[in-house]
Amino acid sequence: MTDILLQLKDVHKAFGPKHVLNGFDIDVAPGKSLVIIGGSGTGKSVSLKCALGLMAPDKGEIFFDGKKLTHNDRAAREAMLKRTGMLFQGAALFDSLPIWKNVAFRLLHHSKMSGSDAKDLAIQTLQKVRLSAEVADLYPSELSGGMQKRVGLARAIATEPDLIFFDEPTTGLDPITADAINDLIVEQVKGLGAASVSITHDMPSARKIGDEIAMLFDGKIIWRGPADSVDDSGNAYVDQFVHGRADGPIQPAM
Amino acid sequence: MGADIPIFLKPFQWVGAATLSILQEAGRLAAFAGRVKIAAITPPLYVMEILRQIIRIGYFSLPVVGLTAIFTGAALALNIYVGGSRFNAEQFVPNIVVLGITRELGPVLAALMLAGRVSAGIAAEIGTMKVTEQIDALHTLSTDPFRYLYAPRFWAAVLSLPILVFIADIIGVYGGYLVSTGTLDFSGSLYIRNTMNYVTSSDIAGGMIKAAIFGGIVALMGCYHGSNSRGGASGVGRAATLAVVSSAVLIFFSNFLLTTLFARIGL
Repeated sequence: MTDILLQLKDVHKAFGPKHVLNGFDIDVAPGKSLVIIGGSGTGKSVSLKCALGLMAPDKGEIFFDGKKLTHNDRAAREAMLKRTGMLFQGAALFDSLPIWKNVAFRLLHHSKMSGSDAKDLAIQTLQKVRLSAEVADLYPSELSGGMQKRVGLARAIATEPDLIFFDEPTTGLDPITADAINDLIVEQVKGLGAASVSITHDMPSARKIGDEIAMLFDGKIIWRGPADSVDDSGNAYVDQFVHGRADGPIQPAM
Repeated sequence: MGADIPIFLKPFQWVGAATLSILQEAGRLAAFAGRVKIAAITPPLYVMEILRQIIRIGYFSLPVVGLTAIFTGAALALNIYVGGSRFNAEQFVPNIVVLGITRELGPVLAALMLAGRVSAGIAAEIGTMKVTEQIDALHTLSTDPFRYLYAPRFWAAVLSLPILVFIADIIGVYGGYLVSTGTLDFSGSLYIRNTMNYVTSSDIAGGMIKAAIFGGIVALMGCYHGSNSRGGASGVGRAATLAVVSSAVLIFFSNFLLTTLFARIGL
């Protein structure tokens, strides 16, 4: 494994006249956790989608474990996806499948594992995120939002990936459930020794999950530093965002 | 750009823009259909998904298709009797009912029922999966939605509709039989004999070929509009509406083309 697991260099992405990413750069080392913060509509989700290959950047380069990824190079992209997990903002569970098939989806469809072994592994993984075996045969619509997030986390870690992406992992959850999800994320990511890239505008979550925090504004990273230095960054944009003030250089997205 | 054009040329600009828009949509649809067909004939095939969709699309459509067929057969018999009596040709009711049902009404009406029930359902399901990021989740789990979602629905509709039409043919003819023997004083044995003597295997085969093609249209329209839905609940609703309307229009259009082709080759 190289010193840098994931790198996005000078990534640009525009939708019509709106330039969402405008020279976006990040890199993540193996085993390290990077949290990208930023206001609504600043391109946090777009940066994640570009990294995952769900969206093709207009310009720029993406490397995974030293290998350059292009949108049309399916083999390289598949090799990356095999080593990554993703927790979506709304969990994005397949509502036609029971919970255990959601968790074991990749194992069922992309490995030689039998159905019963996959179910056993799914139940073990559910227990890691504090869900009981009884949940395995339920359907996503029968679970609360917090439980769905836990199942999403279980699906993301089921294949023990090297890199996990988290898209707004605590959005829509009450503060206690959000804190429980943050604890689970830290526990599982550190337990696997995986790297992670999270995007959020929830500062308690960012402080808890991240080894480092980076601030996205105007399509590029304007500050990056250790998570414990975010409160005295010396950057007016970061200060305004971290303290949630309407007054400052960032105009509210209204 | 538009402001530079003299007002009397504006209609040409509108026609040009509309033409380009239609051609772009046709191109996108053709590319989508091509990808679905490639996914449908190359491995990996998700056989369990195909079977699950056959149950949903085919088996659960049987009641609505059956009801449509029996009422259509009955109404057709009455209309032919009324029309035929003007030429003293009432005795041709069984012959025309079976011809009308097997060659035209069976496949077209069954396909329209499927357009309403299945195409809208597929569009709503896939549209919801799109807006809730389930399609993105499939990508991140190294699963191609063309293989996992669209190809099984395509196969299920293509395989199910001919079977549904065959059953609808029998039920439709039975509807004509019930009315003819119950209210029009036809002899039951004579009605059946006339029906069996008149219908040919090519009548039934032609209807089933049409049905397979209509099934493909229904599934493709549902998948295409669902996968292009945007903007939450209203986008999903719009996708379902577009799927039904475009399926219906394409069913009628392709029915005309296929009927013309069958007439030319003597099917």
